[in-house]
Amino acid sequence: MILAVAEHRRGELRDVSLELITAGRQLADDVDTALHVAVIGGDVDRFAERLDRDGVDVIHTVDHGEEFNHGVYEQVTVQLVEELDPEYVLTPNSVNGLDFAPAVATKLDLPLVTDAVGLTADDGTLTVNRDMYGSKVETAVGVDADQAVVTIRGGDWAPAEGTADAEVRAFDAEVDESALGSTVTGFEAAAEGDVDISEAEFIVSIGRGIEEEENLPLIEALVEATGATLASSRPIVDNEWLPKNRQVGQSGKVVTPDVYVAIGISGAVQHVAGMKGSDTIVAINTDPNAPIFDIADYGIAGDLFEVVPELIEEFGGEVPDV
Amino acid sequence: MKVLVTVKEVREVDDEFEIEGTEIPEQYLEYDLNEWDDYAVEEGVQLQEDGVADEVVAATIGPERTEETIRMALAKGADRAVRVWDDALEDVELLDVGAKARILAEVVEEEEPDLVLTGVQAGDDAFGATGVALARKVGYEWAAVVNHLDLDADEGVAHVHRELEGGIDELTDVELPAVLTIQTGINEPRYASLRGIRQAQRKEIAEQSLGDLGLSAADVEGELELTDMYEPETESEATYFEGDAGEQAAQLADLLRDAGVVDA
Ligand SMILES: Cc1cc2nc3c(=O)[nH]c(=O)nc-3n(C[C@H](O)[C@H](O)[C@H](O)COP(=O)(O)OP(=O)(O)OC[C@H]3O[C@@H](n4cnc5c(N)ncnc54)[C@H](O)[C@@H]3O)c2cc1C
Repeated sequence: MILAVAEHRRGELRDVSLELITAGRQLADDVDTALHVAVIGGDVDRFAERLDRDGVDVIHTVDHGEEFNHGVYEQVTVQLVEELDPEYVLTPNSVNGLDFAPAVATKLDLPLVTDAVGLTADDGTLTVNRDMYGSKVETAVGVDADQAVVTIRGGDWAPAEGTADAEVRAFDAEVDESALGSTVTGFEAAAEGDVDISEAEFIVSIGRGIEEEENLPLIEALVEATGATLASSRPIVDNEWLPKNRQVGQSGKVVTPDVYVAIGISGAVQHVAGMKGSDTIVAINTDPNAPIFDIADYGIAGDLFEVVPELIEEFGGEVPDV
Repeated sequence: MKVLVTVKEVREVDDEFEIEGTEIPEQYLEYDLNEWDDYAVEEGVQLQEDGVADEVVAATIGPERTEETIRMALAKGADRAVRVWDDALEDVELLDVGAKARILAEVVEEEEPDLVLTGVQAGDDAFGATGVALARKVGYEWAAVVNHLDLDADEGVAHVHRELEGGIDELTDVELPAVLTIQTGINEPRYASLRGIRQAQRKEIAEQSLGDLGLSAADVEGELELTDMYEPETESEATYFEGDAGEQAAQLADLLRDAGVVDA
């Protein structure tokens, strides 16, 4: 069987849990086996109802704790694997997935492949497709083992739909509380600040291609001339050139403007997670192989320091001296 | 307290490159200290400057060439380094997470640090899992994707923020000894000073083979094999604006006007 471990946070199942079902079902069909889903902690009965989608055979509920704790997840998953003996264990390639899946794999001495974007199984060999080099290439990785742990990239499989009538089993896990060395004490949200870029209709977003903080006025002039909302990739925020509320991506905001202009942004998966829902995507990048062009509708393979000043002038703006 | 920082020299691919088999040929590659590890080194060095850590040791798995990269960590303030390499590693095309964790676990067991800092992921193969696997291997506690660290050495607790998706931090107390995987933005990595670079030349880089660590080739073989490498499929057919910068800008301006997002 395939065992997929669902993810939830602060009372809500996360979307990736339903995507996990789709990925798990495909893999289960490949190996001609059943798909089991486990949900650990929180309101497990309510979660089980939502997880009861087409393709799920059994749902294991583990009523222990409210929020994610990697020690609990590790112990419970290990016990489930020992009890059920699945061929493959799937978890989301999320921040929490990566906080416990490697521990499960290590504990059980199983191979681990993270951030899968494709999965096929054939004659007992699992092939996982995954990116390397900031998504400039994709690879196929063959896993030569009877059992493996795989984490899957969010947003790459469609969420499972429909309703099944999966059997719901309460799994009686034994959690050794004394072995838990981490305690979650709370959550904190990033400050909202002056703008909410997720509401913007037209975004000009800047990345590391801008090179220096001293060059930012160039982009600010473009924003001024066009009335766009300014956003950025993560390194710009890490460098404190712009505040956190301007960051687009997995750990920032998800934006869905009519037009998103990515300037000097490579298109790393964690960035794309925050802007791929934009209606029209325009990329300006000197690297014709930058992954951002793979999702762009329009591209300028060129130097932002040449293109942006021209663009500012198109809209009658003043080009600053940078 | 002693801090061990794992560092990796990562491969970066040039703008224009080719794929040969399951590899990108050497001429299209450049090497650099992994971005995430740069933040991990800085965090370790700051702990030392704050008087919390007595010693910061850098550890890497890599061939002789990587000494240049590990010297960068030394130039930024790490006290000494351990570099693990072996002919047996030369032949491994894809060193998997388990193998890396097995090697680093031996280093940790020898050094017995109170705190291990790793990067969240390596920029090249991006498994994002070695730190947590290492922790489990050596029986340390851990936290993945840490963007804030407040260490209480007396209590033996690291108060950390784990950066979850969507701008939410999880506040967690982690018992020491522990492995923390460090996220970019947690600090402002310094540039190595000239003095630092000079001093780094005199710092020790101890070389260890698998045998020195009590491991054999079988421990690093792993079950993963790179079977294919190709350019990712494009999801959209981008229309490229051609011409010089002025012409490209004019076409983009028309597009923005047509889309109705700019009136000017
Ligand atoms: C857990 C986790 C969460 C993350 N969350 C986020 C997130 O929320 N948002 C985010 O953005 N990233 C996030 N990241 C980081 C992400 O992996 C990338 O490191 C980051 O997105 C890279 O930003 P960038 O594209 O600006 O920089 P780079 O990848 O360095 O790209 C810079 C680009 O600029 C181009 N360029 C250079 N000079 C010029 C020029 N003169 N003209 C035009 N183009 C030029 C280059 O060709 C290159 O493509 C996260 C990573 C992790 C591990």
